[in-house]
Amino acid sequence: MSRLHVDWTRCDGHGACAELVPELLASDEWGFPVSRTGERDPEVPAYLAEHAEHAVRSCPLMALSRV
Amino acid sequence: MTEALWALGRGTGIVALVMFTITLVLGIVTRSGRSVGGLGRFGVADVHRTAALTGVGLVAVHVGSLLFDPYAQLHLVDLVFPFLGSYRPLYLGLGTLAVDLLAVVTVVSLLRHRVGPRVFKSVHWLTYLLWPVALVHALGTGTDATSVWMTGLAAACFTAVTAAVGWRLLPAFEDRGRQRTPRKVS
Amino acid sequence: MSTIAPVDTRRLLTAEPADSLPVLSLEALLALAEESGLTGRGGAGFPTAIKLRAVAEGGTAPVVVGNAMEGEPLSRKDAVLLTRAPHLVVEGLALVGRALRARETVLAIGPEINPAAAEAAARVGRVRVARLEGGFVAGQESALVNQLDGRPAVPRDPLVRITTKGVDGRPTLVLNAETLAQLALAARHGAAWFRLAGTEEDPGTSLFSISGAVERSGVVEAARGSRLRDVLAAAVPVDPVAVLVGGYHGAWLPASQLDTRLTARELRPWGAAVGAGVLYVLGRDLCPIRAAAAIATYLADESAAQCGPCVNGLPRMADALQRLADRVPDPGLPHEIDRMRLLVVGRGACAHPDGTARMVASTMRVFEDHVTRHLAGHCEIEGARR
Repeated sequence: MSRLHVDWTRCDGHGACAELVPELLASDEWGFPVSRTGERDPEVPAYLAEHAEHAVRSCPLMALSRV
Repeated sequence: MTEALWALGRGTGIVALVMFTITLVLGIVTRSGRSVGGLGRFGVADVHRTAALTGVGLVAVHVGSLLFDPYAQLHLVDLVFPFLGSYRPLYLGLGTLAVDLLAVVTVVSLLRHRVGPRVFKSVHWLTYLLWPVALVHALGTGTDATSVWMTGLAAACFTAVTAAVGWRLLPAFEDRGRQRTPRKVS
Repeated sequence: MSTIAPVDTRRLLTAEPADSLPVLSLEALLALAEESGLTGRGGAGFPTAIKLRAVAEGGTAPVVVGNAMEGEPLSRKDAVLLTRAPHLVVEGLALVGRALRARETVLAIGPEINPAAAEAAARVGRVRVARLEGGFVAGQESALVNQLDGRPAVPRDPLVRITTKGVDGRPTLVLNAETLAQLALAARHGAAWFRLAGTEEDPGTSLFSISGAVERSGVVEAARGSRLRDVLAAAVPVDPVAVLVGGYHGAWLPASQLDTRLTARELRPWGAAVGAGVLYVLGRDLCPIRAAAAIATYLADESAAQCGPCVNGLPRMADALQRLADRVPDPGLPHEIDRMRLLVVGRGACAHPDGTARMVASTMRVFEDHVTRHLAGHCEIEGARR
């Protein structure tokens, strides 16, 4: 079981993450990710693992990680 | 054979320049937080990275083929230390400088999760130096520089980069296209 | 039925300096912390024993930091403690530092703290005093670590806990000044003595900073789990309407609830917690919406501005609350306040947005009738003018 963790000190609301795992993350009006599962760090189901990895790689500020 | 190597060297060099032009422009688009051509923000970042790595590969072939081409008079030392070359030393030296810069930027970018965002960002700024150095090198060393198509290509690349950098400097560029209070980044 | 002799709760503020600094082994210190049931007095209320254990398991020689930053404007307890009994804080620091074989033991004081007394006491215990920049967020654990590392006083991503990697990359234990003082007392008199005051789940005493509509504002020491009314008694509240329990990140208790015990269980229905013991009394001549809006605005200004949701959401929430206080005839205001509140919770490197949201939510709930009247253009406190 892994979770997606946003490092809020790095995040600048670029938005690639919400595009890649829209099941888990949405974008608020300022561009910052909002968890859609009600958890602070949304759990990544197995079928989304690859997309979650892609999201982690795509963040230009390295604000996203899988923990 | 030597003509083939020379042609390969020239060809890969020119295409690499185009790749790095795309890379730089898309790098700015990535920073802008906007999507282009339906790629999505993630797509812009992906193509930026792909173009960069393709450029690196082309530069490797570019340098390799010229190393083996006796006409180019390129030696291994010329890959690292600039301005020591025999053939058009100034412009070749710029090529060396570009390769050095490219190596640093590429390694740090591939290891960005290890070095952290601050180091990654400051090293990435070197790309704004890398690109003009590569352009001048291409125009100075390349034997096609005076031809119409090469001039046209160089002009197109220059225009694209200037437009992108100009956009980057506009106040409207900030905040990734959203109405928001700026963060204080320490 | 036996009578219970009243327990003297004047512990911290009447303690004399010890003849010699106590020395405890790590095992003895951990046992003491566990048996005494001491919890943090800095706001989070975390069991001290667990924190000690986490750092002890670190491997590398840790850094121990006493937190006397007093970031909350309504709090006075760090200042009082470090003026009246700095030796106790230093005793606690030395105790912990020695038991953990700390590389460094630091007493971090904010600008509100008088440095002279602290430095004099620190010399005895060979503790370094670090005089640091203030601010609401500066007292947050990881922000404090950052400042000690020479970086801006803003929080870190909580993913890597400072008990794993803190000051200088070392496992770091940050304990509130009062927690250290309480630990020193427990070391002197024993865990059983410590538990004579307070409750089973929350033993000991703690310091409460009282301000607002009172005749005498200041700091009192009371047993944990005391009734709110009893803690406030010495300050003599004047016609209280409500009490903000837990400071700017706390929640309101209406005056009808003054008999509530300051325990986690009894405060939970109000969304409140004792926190760092800050109690603000709201009187009859201050509009509660106005008071809350002023606090929310202050908190928005004090944001470290590192995290997008906080730096954007808090000013918007405070603005809407101000407009509500001004009786702007916008029926959408409660929804906007609520929307912003939900947008900031859990989305930042620290609990600043969450605490602000808590205070705002409590305001909208406890003063619901004021909200309704404001939306209709009336405020019985600020009069008929718009």
